[in-house]
Amino acid sequence: MTELTTTLTGYAAQARDDAHVRDEAAAADITQENTFDVKGLNLFYDKTQALKNINMTIKKHEITALIGPSGCGKSTFIKTLNRMNDWIENCRVTGEILFEGRNIYKEVDSLALRYRVGMVFQQPTPFPKSVFENIAYGPRIQGISNKKKLAEIVEESMHQAAVWDELKDRLHESALGLSGGQQQRLCIARTLAARPSVILMDEPTSALDPISTQKIEDLALQLKEKYTIVIVTHSMQQARRISDRTAFFLLGELLEFNNTVDMFTKPANPKTEAYITGRFG
Amino acid sequence: MNPIEIAVKNAHRDERAARLLITICGIGAALVPFFIGGFLLLKGSDTFLIFGHSLGEFLLSGQWAPSDTAVGGGHVGAAMFLSGSLVTCGLALLISLPLSISTAIFMTEIASPRTRRLIQPAVELFTGIPSVVYGWIGLTVLIPFLRHFFIMPYGFSLLAAGCVLAVMIFPTITTMSADAMAAVPKTWREASYGLGATRWETISRIVIPAARGGIFTGVILGLARALGEALAVAMVIGQMKVFPTSLFLPASTLTTAIASDMGGAMEGGEYSAALWTMALLLFLLSFLFIFVIHRINRASQLKGRA
Amino acid sequence: MSRIQHKKKVDKIMTALFFAGTAFAVILLVAFIGFVIAQGFGEMTLDMLSFSGSGLGNMLFNTLYLVFLALVFSMLTGVPAGIFLAEYAHQGKVTHWVRMAIETLASLPSIVVGLFGYLAFIVMTGSQWNLFAGSLAVSILTLPLVTSVTEDALRNLPDSYRQGSLGLGASHWQTIWRVLVPACFPRIMTGLIMAAGRGFGEAAALMFTAGMSTDINWNNWDITSASCPLNPFRPGETLALHIWSLRTEALHPNAAQLASVSSAILMVLVVSFSLAARYISWRLDKKMGGTNS
Repeated sequence: MTELTTTLTGYAAQARDDAHVRDEAAAADITQENTFDVKGLNLFYDKTQALKNINMTIKKHEITALIGPSGCGKSTFIKTLNRMNDWIENCRVTGEILFEGRNIYKEVDSLALRYRVGMVFQQPTPFPKSVFENIAYGPRIQGISNKKKLAEIVEESMHQAAVWDELKDRLHESALGLSGGQQQRLCIARTLAARPSVILMDEPTSALDPISTQKIEDLALQLKEKYTIVIVTHSMQQARRISDRTAFFLLGELLEFNNTVDMFTKPANPKTEAYITGRFG
Repeated sequence: MNPIEIAVKNAHRDERAARLLITICGIGAALVPFFIGGFLLLKGSDTFLIFGHSLGEFLLSGQWAPSDTAVGGGHVGAAMFLSGSLVTCGLALLISLPLSISTAIFMTEIASPRTRRLIQPAVELFTGIPSVVYGWIGLTVLIPFLRHFFIMPYGFSLLAAGCVLAVMIFPTITTMSADAMAAVPKTWREASYGLGATRWETISRIVIPAARGGIFTGVILGLARALGEALAVAMVIGQMKVFPTSLFLPASTLTTAIASDMGGAMEGGEYSAALWTMALLLFLLSFLFIFVIHRINRASQLKGRA
Repeated sequence: MSRIQHKKKVDKIMTALFFAGTAFAVILLVAFIGFVIAQGFGEMTLDMLSFSGSGLGNMLFNTLYLVFLALVFSMLTGVPAGIFLAEYAHQGKVTHWVRMAIETLASLPSIVVGLFGYLAFIVMTGSQWNLFAGSLAVSILTLPLVTSVTEDALRNLPDSYRQGSLGLGASHWQTIWRVLVPACFPRIMTGLIMAAGRGFGEAAALMFTAGMSTDINWNNWDITSASCPLNPFRPGETLALHIWSLRTEALHPNAAQLASVSSAILMVLVVSFSLAARYISWRLDKKMGGTNS
């Protein structure tokens, strides 16, 4: 148990510390091109199979978009990547998911995994706390209690999530009072504050207006410099605009996975073509 | 170890400790009624096991003369207390039910939302009024009042106890019934009105049958409250150890007998054992009530309401 | 035609009956509160409120102290029990029994709980009647309320709080302790205030536990002494119990007035706590409603 934790948290520790440590981590990253390697993944709720034999590679510093009609398994899949399905009773997983070469169900502690693989949900999920406390939550969970350090992390994360200018004067107001778009960017800042290397976004803009959506998309494009992003989206245009690779899910299967340009210009599978041209969905 | 490892380790350690502690508290809280039941069984069974009385004698005999010694040899017929309890509860229900149901109907079906918002808190406020205050007002206002209007020797009477209990259980039955009626889907009412039914027809044929389970639950909770009430009843019933023969005469109930005699009874004596048995009986009855409520709720599929 | 008229007539009569029933009940109840408070304050003299031997001050203090202790106990067990039911218990037989047992506890006659308290906290520990035992007995009575309020409060929280926290790598307990419990803290407070209201009026459970006498020396602050106000292991008659004992014992020449004044004080306590709880939850609902839109 302890050794497992030790091996898996090595990266997390590196990611959070000073510049030269970051460089080391970056050096290590070069040897590890793939963030996730998914091999023969099956997922069952009770007896219904929600994911069927998924094989997929998610590359570092890329945006991977997951598309497909509702109920196709794309949300289930993204939640599996940081084990958010653990809490669902009767949920069973077979096959392997390797995160930076380590099996997340065997070699990685679920909490440490989520420190490194953050998640932004469909609906903004602010806590009923102040803006500051919302963002400081992740670092606090990871044992940071130094006020100055926390303030630094909060400011840095807010800059990264492009909410600093908007919210710097409202740090001590309740996050519940923010607009939907601000709440969602706050949640991104909160995720960044936990110093992840991957950000999973589960339809992050489906509850937002076009302008807020635009801001989040711009943000995603900026963030991919430093982070690996996986995004579930309903919108073909969004996938096309921001992603490097696109995966098309249908009825629990990964039907097609290719780089986005190819996928949208010459889809290999007629069903993919039917979906992206809007013939069903 | 690096900070992340420490954080993860601590989180898991705290999780285990908290889960254990929380589970202990949860199970512990659930064990309290079992403890209470166990203790009552232990003390209450003395009547039968040590002093050799039969269950039949305890429940059915009217001869109440337990000896206040550890030797025993008295009579422990508690039938008069049991019947006193049942009669006062029944009386309270008889008085309270029509008023409760009308108030519930008025609140949910007739009153404007604004009036409802005014009445409902007022009614709920009364669940919290201390029973001794009810008893005290019963003693100083109700009893002289009754004596003034009816021919009765003392004023202390079953009727007085019934009235006081009726006031006490009124809010319980009203709020439960009103909740149940409010939960009846609006579309059912609209359908009924759409077919040309009047309000009364809609209430009597649609709303009340649909809210039956909740109303019943309220009635049983009210009965449980009435049965268990000790001091308010003791203050107005007159505490005469006789069978409840007339509404205008004093009597006793299980709770009033315990309240007035337990303090003076010798620990370990037959008298005290008989009182403990009565407490055990009360415990079993309230358990029965809960059981019945669960049965009703399961039967009428009225789930998820507190 | 006449049938319809008949129907309408019946409808009118029934409506009038319901209105009359409600009006009667509500007027009776409001008159009741008004009467108790007016009568009590009408007969109140400063002497009665004093903290001397015959004054009600000591009983008032006992009441508040006992209820405070009882709330501490039922919070320490009831809140965790509520967390257990809402968060840790799996849906199944055990949970069903736990819930049923706590419901049973809620419907137990308070005199039965008083007897249990007498046996468990007085006889078996070989102690005198004392406030501590009384507060334990009252905490048994308020435990179900605190538990169910906590459970409901946790269950009614939006799932996003849980998701957001777990998604950041917080453990289940960290989520509960740092996000969920703070989020439903006002609701739990409301539950505790309601429980306090119940505690103030409790008498039957205290007859054989807290005792029917009180002897406080306000100059004695040695906590181990039997007459120190703050010593929980001393007998302490509460206001509610005092009303009962005034009625049966009639030691005081002005017992009736004292009982009326006690009733009025209790009534004010209970009504104001109940209104406070109502106000807090009203404010909460308003706040929640405001942020959802």
